[in-house]
This record gives sequence, structure tokens and C-alpha cells, in this order.
Amino acid sequence: MNARTIAALSLTTLFFVGGAWLLLNRGERAAASTGGATDIPELGMTRVERGKYLVTSVGCDDCHTPLKSGANGPEPDLARRLSGHPDFMKLPPAPAAAGPWMVSAAATLTAWSGPWGTSFTANLTPDPETGLGSWTEQNFVQTIRKRRHMGSGRPLLPPMPAAFYANFSDYDLKAIFAYLQTIPAIKNRVPQPLPPLDGAQ
Amino acid sequence: MQPAAQRRAARRLPWLVTAAALVSCAQAEGPAALPELLSETGLFTPGSVGEIDPLNLPFAPQYPLWSDGASKRRWIRIPQGAAIDARNPDAWQFPEGTRFWKEFSFGRRVETRYMERLADGSFRYATYVWSEDGRDARLASAAGVANVETDGGSAHEVPSESDCRACHEGRRSPVLGFGALQLSPDRDPNAPHRERVTDGSVDMAALAARGLLEGLPDRLLSDPPRIAGRSPRERAALGYLFGNCSGCHNGEGPLAALGLDFDQRVSAPEPPRALRSAVGKLSRFSIPGAEQTLRVAPGEPQASALAFRMGSRFPASRMPPLGTRLVDDEALELVRDWIENDLAEVPNTHGERP
Repeated sequence: MNARTIAALSLTTLFFVGGAWLLLNRGERAAASTGGATDIPELGMTRVERGKYLVTSVGCDDCHTPLKSGANGPEPDLARRLSGHPDFMKLPPAPAAAGPWMVSAAATLTAWSGPWGTSFTANLTPDPETGLGSWTEQNFVQTIRKRRHMGSGRPLLPPMPAAFYANFSDYDLKAIFAYLQTIPAIKNRVPQPLPPLDGAQ
Repeated sequence: MQPAAQRRAARRLPWLVTAAALVSCAQAEGPAALPELLSETGLFTPGSVGEIDPLNLPFAPQYPLWSDGASKRRWIRIPQGAAIDARNPDAWQFPEGTRFWKEFSFGRRVETRYMERLADGSFRYATYVWSEDGRDARLASAAGVANVETDGGSAHEVPSESDCRACHEGRRSPVLGFGALQLSPDRDPNAPHRERVTDGSVDMAALAARGLLEGLPDRLLSDPPRIAGRSPRERAALGYLFGNCSGCHNGEGPLAALGLDFDQRVSAPEPPRALRSAVGKLSRFSIPGAEQTLRVAPGEPQASALAFRMGSRFPASRMPPLGTRLVDDEALELVRDWIENDLAEVPNTHGERP
């Protein structure tokens, strides 16, 4: 085998090994190419627009915006949009679970009771004292990702579908947070969760 | 180049190219996967699951983390020829390849946790669950194990990797029990669950004598760090809060915005951050039935969120929120005594937000 043949074989080896490396890592490179941008050009959206699209598509309002009775029956109280369970609304203890009926909810759909106790939906508006105004983007991302309050505190409670929302990409979670920081701040101190009636404090 | 040398070089070229490509691939994929068995991690001498490799140094922090009464043993392995960068006494930097093991026993060995510093400066976390016959411990799923039976009859929870990161990555260094204050030779005789220092166990002085603390300020050896409590009880209480709470509640991590800081800084011991950020400060948490609650109400442990939450195991109230299922009665009594007896002179700033 002469030197020219060996050099040609070397180049061929380099081509195949290099090609294999590029193929193996294409997913990572594709992710890197979209992760750092502030816009998603192919969707024609800014980050905040993307956040609004997600918030209004995945049902955040269903539990975090209280329902009120209106001419059309129960409807979202948009003056309190995404501010969670109203602090002025004092509730009697939830009815005991019976038979297959394990879960009950207040008429606002902002207070829920079940085997875990009673939970009240959080204030997602940017109020600094009672909402997410003092939170960092990382606090929010880690809350959803780790399913714990601020990423390392108490577990998120039902009916928050955190197990599914944990599948959001970091980009989408940051987009949701960015949008939530743009909505009107509402001062509303949501009560903390209550233990089950027969449970420990 | 001579024709013979050219031919030799040409013969080697394919191997060199292939080797370079393989190295490149290996680097792109990160560190090798962790061994399936604890006995293959380097903790023990080869062929043993009981004899610790003499290169692994045992240590015992003076303010241990409460883990439902588990008895613990810990070791560090510093790569040969390397040393810890100890210039900053509040954030020792560990060389690449440093490994830690922490063994939890409840009558028998149940779990051994593992941390390793990687080339990029990050740490990886894993845990190994012991077989009931003690023959070896097997790598647990990253999701953790909800219930592992112990000899005492209670169930032990093996943490998920996410829970490991929740506690270890909320502070300036992910290594929580191995630093200037935790390994100070001036150990606190009143620390809850203080551990006996065994033969061969290393503290800061022993590490320095072995040349393993590079750049350690001399004053830390002549005047070893200790918490400046106004009484032995306060020193122990603040030490407990440092060892058990400051991983999350400190002034620089993700929860800094809460303004609750149980950290202790060797480099700047005064003023006491724990007192300033907790005593008389309004809590976001309210004790059931109370309109508002202080984090620590001087003289009133029953009205203090700190004592209430330490004594709770309801998931939404309990502190700490993970890593334990049983209330630490000894520490709770200490903290209640401290609030009741040592804080009477502290100005009460009722209602002030942190």
C-alpha cells in the first residue's frame, strides 16, 4: 500500500467518522440553534406573544381566574384575571369526601379539596408582595420543572397539572413567565393550603 | 522527511485520525456513566464492601443534617496531587474528580449518596440503595425510591436527583457539609445530633496539615471559626439552622428574594444575619387561626412560624420540605428554648417585612 493510497483511506475514515459524529449530535445542535433567541421567527411571535399564546391555550385561567356569576352564568372575573383565590372569600371547611366523590371545588374554581387537603390557586400577577412580582425567571421555571414552590419548597398541590407542565421546554416556561409579568398586577394574598380534616398540621 | 519516515507517518495516520475522532466523540458525550454498583465507585478497597479505601478521608460536620435519626458516615476523595482551593473560606473550590460519599444507616446500611465534581465545574449526584443482606448497593433511578424498608420498621425515602439539586444547588457551593465552619476544630459541644469524631476523621486542621487546603488564611487555623452566639444555646441553635436550612435560605441563592438568611459566613461573621432576617419579621406563612405570623416572635415559640413549621409534617407547612419524614424533636426543643429565653432583649419589629 503506497502513501497516496493510505492518505486517501485516511481521508475516507475522517469523512465517515466525522459524518457519524455530526449525525449523532444533530439533535443537540438543532436545539442549540433555537434555544437562545428571543423570537421564534418561524412562528412570527415575540417571547411575550408566545407566552400569551401558551397561557391562553393550556388552561391557566381555568383555575387561576375566579369565576363569578353573571348574566351568562358562571364566567371568568376578568377584573381579577389570574390573581388566584380571592382573599376576601372566606370559605367554610370543605365537605368530607364520600364514596367515589373524592374531590370538591368552590364555585369560583379557585379552591379545591381532596385527600391532600384544601388548596387555593396562586396569584400569578406581577404584584410584588402577593404575586410573582418578586420572583425571578428561574424561580418560576424551577417551580414547574421540579414541581415545588420556588423550586425547592413545598410540593405543588392538586389540581395543578404540574406533572404535564414540567414537559414544557425552558423556552416556553420563560415565555409564560415573561407574559405573566406583563399582565395587570393585582394585590391578593391567597391563603395557604390547609391539611386534610383528619390530617396533621 | 525521508521516504521511510514518510511511509511510517502515513501508516500511522488512519489510527491517529480515528483516535482523535473517538476522543472528540467521548468529550462531546460527557463523563462516563456511573457504575451500577457502589463497590465499583472507589469507596471500598477492591473486592470489599466494608473496608474503606484509605485514600478516602472520613469527616463529620459539626452541624449535621437531620435525616430522621439515620446514623451517617461520610468520606471525601481528593484526586492525588490535587488540593482544595481554600482561599475563600465560605466557598471552597474542589478539584475536578473530587468525590463524596455519605452512608445512611437505620440499623443496617440503607443508602449511600454520591457526589462528583466534573470537568466543567458542575457536580453530578447519585444514590445507591443497599440490598437487605448488605452485599452491595445498586444505583437508584434518578426518580428516587419512595419507600425503602429499614430494620427499624419505618420507611426511608431515597431522594430523586431533582431533590438532590434542590438542596445542593441553592447556595454558593453545592458541597454543604464540608467547609471551614463545618470542619472547624472548635466544635460545638451543644450541637443537636453531634457526632463522635472517629480516628482518622479529618477536620480543617488535619486537611491543612496534609497540604489539602491551598491558600487557607492562616487566621482560620490560629483562631478557628465558631458561631458568635450570645449564649451556648444560641450558638447551637444558629448552627442547627445553618446546617439544616441555609442550603435554601441564604442571601444569594434562588430564594434570596425571600430575605430569610440562615447562612453563617466565616469571612464576615457579624452582624448575625439569622437574627436580622428572622426575628420580628413578618412571615408569608400564617399559623392556622392567626391573622399574621412572625418568622420568629421573641419570647413566643408558639407564635413563631419557624418553630411551627419545624414541628409540622403536613406537606404544605413542613420545614424542611424534603429529606425527612419525622420531626426533629431534639432540635425543635432547642429552637423553642432559644426563642423563649435568648431573644427577650431583641427589639421586636412586629409587622416589618423583610
